[in-house]
Amino acid sequence: MYTAPFSYKKASNLSEALSLLQQNPEAKLLAGGHSLIPAMKLRLAAPPLLIDISKVAELRGIRREGDTLVIGAMTTYRELETSDLLKELCPIIPQAVSLIGDPMVRTKGTIGGSLAHADPAADLPASMLALEARIKIQGPSGSRVVEAEQFFTGMFSTALGEGEILTEVHIPVRPGARMAYAKFPHPASRYAVVGVAVVLDGNSVRAAVTGAGEHAMRLTKLEQALSGQALSAESITAACQGLLPADNLNHDLAASKEYRAHLVDVMAKRALLQAAGL
Amino acid sequence: MAEKVQIKVVVNGVEHHSEVEPRLLLVHYLRETLGLTGTHVGCDTSQCGACTVHLDGQAVKSCTLFAVQADGSSITTIEGLGSVDSLHPVQEGFWEMHGLQCGFCTPGMIMAAADLLNRNPQPSEEEIRHALEGNLCRCTGYHNIVRAVQYAANKMAGKVGVAADD
Repeated sequence: MYTAPFSYKKASNLSEALSLLQQNPEAKLLAGGHSLIPAMKLRLAAPPLLIDISKVAELRGIRREGDTLVIGAMTTYRELETSDLLKELCPIIPQAVSLIGDPMVRTKGTIGGSLAHADPAADLPASMLALEARIKIQGPSGSRVVEAEQFFTGMFSTALGEGEILTEVHIPVRPGARMAYAKFPHPASRYAVVGVAVVLDGNSVRAAVTGAGEHAMRLTKLEQALSGQALSAESITAACQGLLPADNLNHDLAASKEYRAHLVDVMAKRALLQAAGL
Repeated sequence: MAEKVQIKVVVNGVEHHSEVEPRLLLVHYLRETLGLTGTHVGCDTSQCGACTVHLDGQAVKSCTLFAVQADGSSITTIEGLGSVDSLHPVQEGFWEMHGLQCGFCTPGMIMAAADLLNRNPQPSEEEIRHALEGNLCRCTGYHNIVRAVQYAANKMAGKVGVAADD
């Protein structure tokens, strides 16, 4: 399959990428391309210009800055999956990433590309919400930081404005926190029919779900039920009942609304049991 | 018509300079421009893995990559992995353990398996199956493919010709 014709420019740094984007408002940024290229092949997208940001060095890498983990937007899934720093300080990311697509997809796919695309069934948004990550965005007139919960605004929609680039993901370091992601994959695509991420930090429980609705969301009912409680198999099982009403959930060939609501309870329970080591 | 772009790639050790249309997929560049037809187009939708090649040493699906993105990179295809006289251990494993029937998925399977063994030289059966999730085979039922990868892992570890479960 061939995409519609397009022009191609490779940005060598962030300011070049920003100015190309400003000059060409219809252009699309090309990160790993594993959402964009399939959409272009199906002619669902036909941008006149692709701005390749794979050579923009300042968008890559994982580092610790004080109490924050900083992940460059163009860091690939493969780099996230194998990062010793993340395995030590934020193991939910390597764990969740190891369930995305397949190894070849993980070679090219990037954290920034996935978050900016905001597929309602993408895996990482659930972890971003449960970790209370912050998304750094660079625009023509400076940078700003948005809470992950405010970043996802709808199906394939985010807080990114025209001419802006998602540059970094900031994750608070939580020493001793236990965390896990549980996913029911679509049988063919491996996307999340439902995926739940949980972070247990001291007495607090943070949990978020992806795949269930238009975009990832916090499971506040679960958080309130379990925060401050002693976690046991019994308390977890009791809390994971009817977490989300089926009415507003997604429905498709893979799962009805009611089945998705059921899966949210089951995946939440699995993630909690795994994180708590029960 | 979009402007053509000059690229330089090293494919199986040979440097190529080409002028390509931006929308040319890497798999078509390999097959049609360079004549390396060992890399197959299966589903053309990033799912089946028949088009798997190594880009700078890492497995990718060449149907989901534009040739322009490979500019400056080194690519290995099935033709560059081993030779008829000296098969790569994964190729030998597929031969010895009957890891193929029709053979259509085999180049991609072998490239994905070789990438796995680069990362994890002694994978468990479960790790092999997980690593080959992105490669579909409609003939074998996968059992002999797993045995072929186990054979290759053993061969590369110096345990010549011993399948893991023998």
